[in-house]
Amino acid sequence: MKNIIKKFVEAYAPPGNEHQLREMIIQEITEYVDELRVDVLGNIIAVKKGSGKGKRIMFASHMDEIGLMVTHIDKNGFLRFSPMGGIKVHNLVGERIHFANGTKGVINSEELKSWKDVDIYKLFIDIGVTSKDEAEKLVNVGDSCGILRDILDLGNRIVAKSLDDRIGCAILVEMIHKIHHIKMNNDIYFTFTVQEEVGLRGAKTAAYSISPDLGIAVDVTIAGDTPEPPKVDIHLGKGPAIKLKDVSMITNPTVKKLMIETAIKYQIPYQLEVLPYGGTDAGAIHLTKDGILSGCISIPCRYVHSPSEMIDLQDAMHAVQLGIKIAEEF
Amino acid sequence: MQTNDLLISLTEKSGVSGYEQTIQAQIAEIFRQFTNDVKVDTLGNVIAKISGIGDQCRPSIMVTAHADEIGFMVSKIEKGGFLRVLPIGGVDPRTVLAQEVIVHGREDLLGIFGAKPPHLLQAEDFNKAIPLDELFIDLGMDEQRIRELVHIGDIVTIRRKTIPLLNNHMAAKAMDDRSGIVLMIEMMKQLKRLHINADIYVVATVQEEIGVRGAITSSYSILPDIGIAIDVTHGDMPGVASDLVFELGKGPVIGYGPNIHSNIYDLLVKTAKDENIPYQIEISQGPTGTDARAIQVTQAGIATGLLSIPLRYMHTSVETLNTKDIKHGAKLLALFIERVDKQFVEELVCY
Amino acid sequence: MLLKRLTEANGVSGNESEIRKIIIDEITPYVDNIKIDVIGNIIASKNSHLSGAKLMIAAHMDEVGLMIVSIENNGLLKFRAVGGIDNRVLVSKHVVIGENKINGIIGAKAIHLQKRNERTIPLAMEQLYIDIGAKTKEEAEKNIKIGDYVAFVSEYLEMGDDYAKGKAFDDRVGCAVLIEILKHQFDMPIYAVFTVQEEIGLRGATVAAYTVNPDLALIIEGTTASDVIGTDSKYYVTQLGKGPAISIMDRGMIANPIFNKYITNIANNYNIPLQIREGATGGNDAGKIHLHKEGIITGVISIPVRYIHSTNSVINLKDYQNLIVLTKLFVEEVSKTKGLKI
Repeated sequence: MKNIIKKFVEAYAPPGNEHQLREMIIQEITEYVDELRVDVLGNIIAVKKGSGKGKRIMFASHMDEIGLMVTHIDKNGFLRFSPMGGIKVHNLVGERIHFANGTKGVINSEELKSWKDVDIYKLFIDIGVTSKDEAEKLVNVGDSCGILRDILDLGNRIVAKSLDDRIGCAILVEMIHKIHHIKMNNDIYFTFTVQEEVGLRGAKTAAYSISPDLGIAVDVTIAGDTPEPPKVDIHLGKGPAIKLKDVSMITNPTVKKLMIETAIKYQIPYQLEVLPYGGTDAGAIHLTKDGILSGCISIPCRYVHSPSEMIDLQDAMHAVQLGIKIAEEF
Repeated sequence: MQTNDLLISLTEKSGVSGYEQTIQAQIAEIFRQFTNDVKVDTLGNVIAKISGIGDQCRPSIMVTAHADEIGFMVSKIEKGGFLRVLPIGGVDPRTVLAQEVIVHGREDLLGIFGAKPPHLLQAEDFNKAIPLDELFIDLGMDEQRIRELVHIGDIVTIRRKTIPLLNNHMAAKAMDDRSGIVLMIEMMKQLKRLHINADIYVVATVQEEIGVRGAITSSYSILPDIGIAIDVTHGDMPGVASDLVFELGKGPVIGYGPNIHSNIYDLLVKTAKDENIPYQIEISQGPTGTDARAIQVTQAGIATGLLSIPLRYMHTSVETLNTKDIKHGAKLLALFIERVDKQFVEELVCY
Repeated sequence: MLLKRLTEANGVSGNESEIRKIIIDEITPYVDNIKIDVIGNIIASKNSHLSGAKLMIAAHMDEVGLMIVSIENNGLLKFRAVGGIDNRVLVSKHVVIGENKINGIIGAKAIHLQKRNERTIPLAMEQLYIDIGAKTKEEAEKNIKIGDYVAFVSEYLEMGDDYAKGKAFDDRVGCAVLIEILKHQFDMPIYAVFTVQEEIGLRGATVAAYTVNPDLALIIEGTTASDVIGTDSKYYVTQLGKGPAISIMDRGMIANPIFNKYITNIANNYNIPLQIREGATGGNDAGKIHLHKEGIITGVISIPVRYIHSTNSVINLKDYQNLIVLTKLFVEEVSKTKGLKI
């Protein structure tokens, strides 16, 4: 699984521009699913068919990472930009970025009297050119870039950019590989969604077309186990978290029960997650049509939306197990 | 059951957004006194259908009030067994200091939102409102026992008995929007005495306080010709612009503005005038903060109306209304429904 | 002149009757069917009998405005905004109220009577009043009522070298373009939708997408241009005279890149100036339409508008003409290929 995680996290896929990762994922799963299609927005919808008498379950992880869109190229070739998703401005200064065509650059700031004044309008990207003309050979207004960072393998802990939500994508791929030879009763839909970071957009259309009986998102959640942490009781290494609440959804008690009982039955370590901010694809899924039972398996993650997010590999492996068992138990 | 008894019974129960099962079960039972066709959908909305009389192509009218109330969810158990909570819905943390709550763990437990004694406060502390993440709940038990009985994710509700006041006023928690549910029940009593052509869907929606979520899915499945939301609006009080508040006891408040279909507004006003029912008018300049905002833009669009009960001190544990407004609202709605016929529905698209 | 008729007409979000009637009159000779839905959108179709991909072209009829919320004892009227308006543009303006278009003015304290420091603080909406000349509340109530919609009064006038000023270019320009397009023949089913309540949350579009259920959608909008002194060039967003603008991203949608490429190719092949909207703020009907059901391939082309959402906006008439030509060519190309080649 580490290899897949490494490939995925280093890929380029800002919202609306998920093609590179989409191709990678399709390659990994094509042989293992019964059907695969890409919808209008770019979501991958793959099915492993069940017995035909079961229910329909949809798992969703999002392919997109937070990114930046070029809004202006100045006469010296510096690029101004707008955020795509929940960018933390202080995480950008000094970061390296890359565009779809491989152009690379660095972000820095106008001279500031105090760092309290830093905001996105004071930042720019330097791609190493000396004029607007030179810049326009490499990038155009409207092009998007993502953070450029290698993965850091610390053994059981992994550090990388875009573990949100490449870890979710890796988990889904691992689930697909593991259940390949298992006969499932339910039809399992694996959706790799687009544009989650800008408003859960891909999940909305994917859920509409699948209309599942149960929808489970697999995403990251904030950990509260670092010095002076955010006040959430989530720890790396204590197991995947069963989401009870975030801004986008309050998990249906029926789903909460199913997920907890499944974890207990198969002795999978788990935590309970209550998040004061943030949302996931489940937020879009549960309000589709006349309502869909939905939940979320969350991977505890430190430093979310920074260039160096950290997860515990054991939590991810347990999440794979939990996902498969939920698919069997529903 | 009488209006006041219904109000007391429904407001004192717990039903925080996302966890309305208990109150919904009680509401479903009450709805079953009026029709056998009572269903609960995936999100937990309770939908009762009362079929009208007359030919096959009857108009369909959906009336909604939300069953959920604002509350809290346990987010962490600190050292000493003190609980940290997250708000569910728009809670003003300044109103919960020293408030009694019920923590719905393995059992229902009484708790208090603790407040530092004045003796220990610095002068400047008195001028600062304490944010919710610095507040805590004291259960009066030791930590080990608490950890057995309470878990992250458990729901916490405000504990408040209804308080009768002078002049038909009553204060309670969750008047927003259990008073709306009571209005719908009173309306169903009135409908029994009338000849109603339309099919009526009476819906106790869920999760209104966190984004009108129940209304989104229930409207999608019912797709009525007309949808009327029943909610509360602000009662008169000092320090607020006059167009934003309404007098208690001066009648239910009929909504007007882009979120409301003008034919529905017109018929509600006409009905009130013809039947001598006191009413007030609330104008909004955009989507309202009620189920009506979701109803109007469901699928190919639904003609929407809004009727509100004036309520002072909204989202506190002492929400105050005049019960006469509920009774007048129920009568107005029932008589409005009586007047809705096929022609009225056809004319909804005559612009 | 079409733009004059459309922009001088009133249609504040939620009260689009006047503009709706005018548009219906304009398009009736050119379409097969006109339907008004329950929220007030006009949905007109051409060639609905033809098979193949359905194209929906949309522009919104509504404009920002005000609503009367209370009447003071002295006959002055208090109001609130419908849609997003910068308070500072309201002072010292001429408005009309209600169906009878009662004249009103939003006054301001004479400068002679102000303290020096008062002049630097903009007036909040709560401090502004509309004066219709009534002496008492009763007299005011004879002419207007609470809830009446208030529209700005602004004459459409051409100025300078091919510029024009007026109100509501956002999005009466879009409506005008759509009307002009409908005058031509195309070989595919076209649904021309004039939406309501865009300015208060894209409400009409959400609903119209359901009725039409298109395969392809094009939205024609008015967008911000701040290409003026005092604005750094990186914040212009769009510039007048540089042609219609395509949008890569706004708060509601990330544009379909193939759609944008299609439009860019047409513009290049036919030498139509085209600019890219430099910025990611704002939103329009496309935000709701593209997420309809299983997703709709959607694109937006806009006309740059200076001083948008104020009583006097400015556009470049060459941009307007180019927008009409570009849109017409787009529809012709799409008809030929029966959809975008995806």
